[in-house]
Amino acid sequence: MELWFTEKDTENVRFSIKVDKQLYCGQSDFQRIDIFESPEFGRFLTLDGYMMLTEKDECIYHEMIVHVPMAVNPQAKRVLVIGGGDGGAVRELTRYRSVEKIDLVEIDREVVRACRRYLPQTACRLDDPRVTIRYEDGLKFVRGRKGEYDLIIVDSTDPFGPGEGLFTKEFYGNCCNALNDAGILVNQQESPFYHADAVAMQRAHKRIVESFPISRVYQAHIPTYSSGHWLFGFASKKYHPTEDLKAEEWNRLGLKTRYYNTKLHLGAFALPEYVKELLEDVE
Amino acid sequence: MRLTQEKAPVLEALTRFRAARIVPFDVPGHKRGRGNPELTAFLGERCLSVDVNSMKPLDNLCHPVSVILEAEELAAEAFGAGHAFFMVNGTTSAVQSMVMSVCKRGDKIIMPRNVHRSAISALILCGAVPAYVNPGIQKSLGISLGMSLGDAERAMDENPDAKAVFVNNPTYYGVCSDLRGIVRLAHRRGMKVLVDEAHGTHFYFGEGLPVSAMAAGADMAAVSMHKSGGSLTQSSLLLAAPSMDEGQVRQVIDLTQTTSGSYLLISSLDISRRNLALRGKEIFRGVVRMARYLREEINRIGGYYAFSGELADGGAFFDFDVTKLSVHTLELGLAGIEVYDILRDEYDIQIEFGDIGNILAYVSMGDRERDAERLVAALSEIKRRYAKDKTGLLTQEYIPPSVAVAPQEAFYAPKESLPVAEAVGRVSGESVMSYPPGIPIVAPGEVITKDIVEYIRYAKEKGCFLTGAQDGAMRNIRVLR
Repeated sequence: MELWFTEKDTENVRFSIKVDKQLYCGQSDFQRIDIFESPEFGRFLTLDGYMMLTEKDECIYHEMIVHVPMAVNPQAKRVLVIGGGDGGAVRELTRYRSVEKIDLVEIDREVVRACRRYLPQTACRLDDPRVTIRYEDGLKFVRGRKGEYDLIIVDSTDPFGPGEGLFTKEFYGNCCNALNDAGILVNQQESPFYHADAVAMQRAHKRIVESFPISRVYQAHIPTYSSGHWLFGFASKKYHPTEDLKAEEWNRLGLKTRYYNTKLHLGAFALPEYVKELLEDVE
Repeated sequence: MRLTQEKAPVLEALTRFRAARIVPFDVPGHKRGRGNPELTAFLGERCLSVDVNSMKPLDNLCHPVSVILEAEELAAEAFGAGHAFFMVNGTTSAVQSMVMSVCKRGDKIIMPRNVHRSAISALILCGAVPAYVNPGIQKSLGISLGMSLGDAERAMDENPDAKAVFVNNPTYYGVCSDLRGIVRLAHRRGMKVLVDEAHGTHFYFGEGLPVSAMAAGADMAAVSMHKSGGSLTQSSLLLAAPSMDEGQVRQVIDLTQTTSGSYLLISSLDISRRNLALRGKEIFRGVVRMARYLREEINRIGGYYAFSGELADGGAFFDFDVTKLSVHTLELGLAGIEVYDILRDEYDIQIEFGDIGNILAYVSMGDRERDAERLVAALSEIKRRYAKDKTGLLTQEYIPPSVAVAPQEAFYAPKESLPVAEAVGRVSGESVMSYPPGIPIVAPGEVITKDIVEYIRYAKEKGCFLTGAQDGAMRNIRVLR
């Protein structure tokens, strides 16, 4: 017997992982949640059939979404994470002693519940005293805030389904309002490779550029995401992501990572020509 | 077998028909979509396979005797009407059929001036003469309201020979008149009461909503099932009380309604009626809850005023349809039409309309909470980014008309074309509407005033869509020679 998880990257391309067994299956008010055990990638989480993370490569995603902004502003104290119910981004943030407050706004309580039970690798720091979890719509939460955060991390699902509202101009505008004058917004920004993903990526970029004076895109290689080539957005009212990099200060912290380092930080903002063109098209 | 609201006779007949695999040598020529693969690829094979012609097993809309008749009977029962006619030419044709069922050439009909263009075109078609009642005006919001009972009674006293009273209830903004009171006064004088209930389908099924036309004792009502009822665009119901002669109304409908009634539209009416009859109470409880939530959140932003029943005054603002989300925007220094455009162009949100001072976001059974959050977030962003000083914004919305000639006579009279600004004092030969809401600024037979010219200029400048006149660009207007 062979059991395979398959995700369609496009109508014509499939990505499959051999599965040992299914650990969890649930349907929340928002989406279907599955957790599998696999020989190659360890445990992995999917939402509505889309890959969210695997134990083997989640470190790449979570290190890149947290350490890039933190190395630009290592003094960030108040952080808001939107989405990210798996706890991976929170885990990386709690490694900074200087961070005083982490608000995690996740719309789906069931995701957190399932990850706490089956994915302790990412959910392990959700009980840190600095963390407050709120189960509500990220768009709604951020609307009422003004100048409260040093850093907002948008760790969303894809722009179809419950994560839709987190790719909109009103959301980025509200985030801009919720950040203080030195605030940074980092978001997962889909892949530039396949057409449909690239369109979503461009839309998000266009909306962020309209909302923030500084807006750059960086990349990472994440093997289990569509095409493996993944982008993140970095937007700020004050800090430039490479010119304002505090490499020494960050290295003094002595954080041990598997993917991120400050040289890679600089390199991540050097984009392929076709990606630059896609971005320039909407700037 | 007894018909119950669980049944959907047209749907069931179409399902049987599809399974029977009948070979088509009749119209439509696409033959279940096979002849037009591009259209079939776009709309889907399931859809094309029931785009069929009238035939014995599927009944005939012009003269229903089997499944359509049964579906109409079920609709009549669900809406508390004597008879319900399925309409496939929109609520426009329902309104026109209503007027033409009770009025002929020269007959008087009492109506407020803020009626939809379909009522004015009914007058042009049948030659009835309007006796206008000025609707109430909410000055600070700049919106026209319903008819106060006092104004309606005065109009009836001044026009005792009128055949009918026409009421638009609720208005586009959700304002209701004292329908029961108007019916009582009109029936005492032997006048029929016709209700344009395009925006009131949910009154028949929800709880705690304003009274519906049939419950209030009106003689006829035109109900846009495709608005709050969930059926396909252009499908509609004409409801008639037992006081009306069903056969005569059917004859009037058949004067203008197509003889090729679309089964997509007809089945959508049948399916939607069943849904509303079985689940309407719960559905509209959800709609009311969402509209209330949106109103509270929008009012919390500040600057916007999402109004509701607190404005009811027992007169021209007798009651309010709480599912309507009308928001006054002028305090932010933004015309409603500007907010409407920004929402679409900048935030990918399409709302129902924006006029000079207000926007209306249509809340219905299809809304999702996450979309509600987007609307509130976008309005809050619009305030942050665009709010400005409000001086210089026009608030006036309603211009009382002065009728010089009956609409039909004016429409067919010899005319000449003049630049709008030079037409002051002349009698208009055509309608000019600001769309939406589709309520005429001037109608055929009315004197063009300075206020009207100024309003047209301002509406154009603010980006309103002006329709109805021969000159699409609205530089010229046709007036009577």
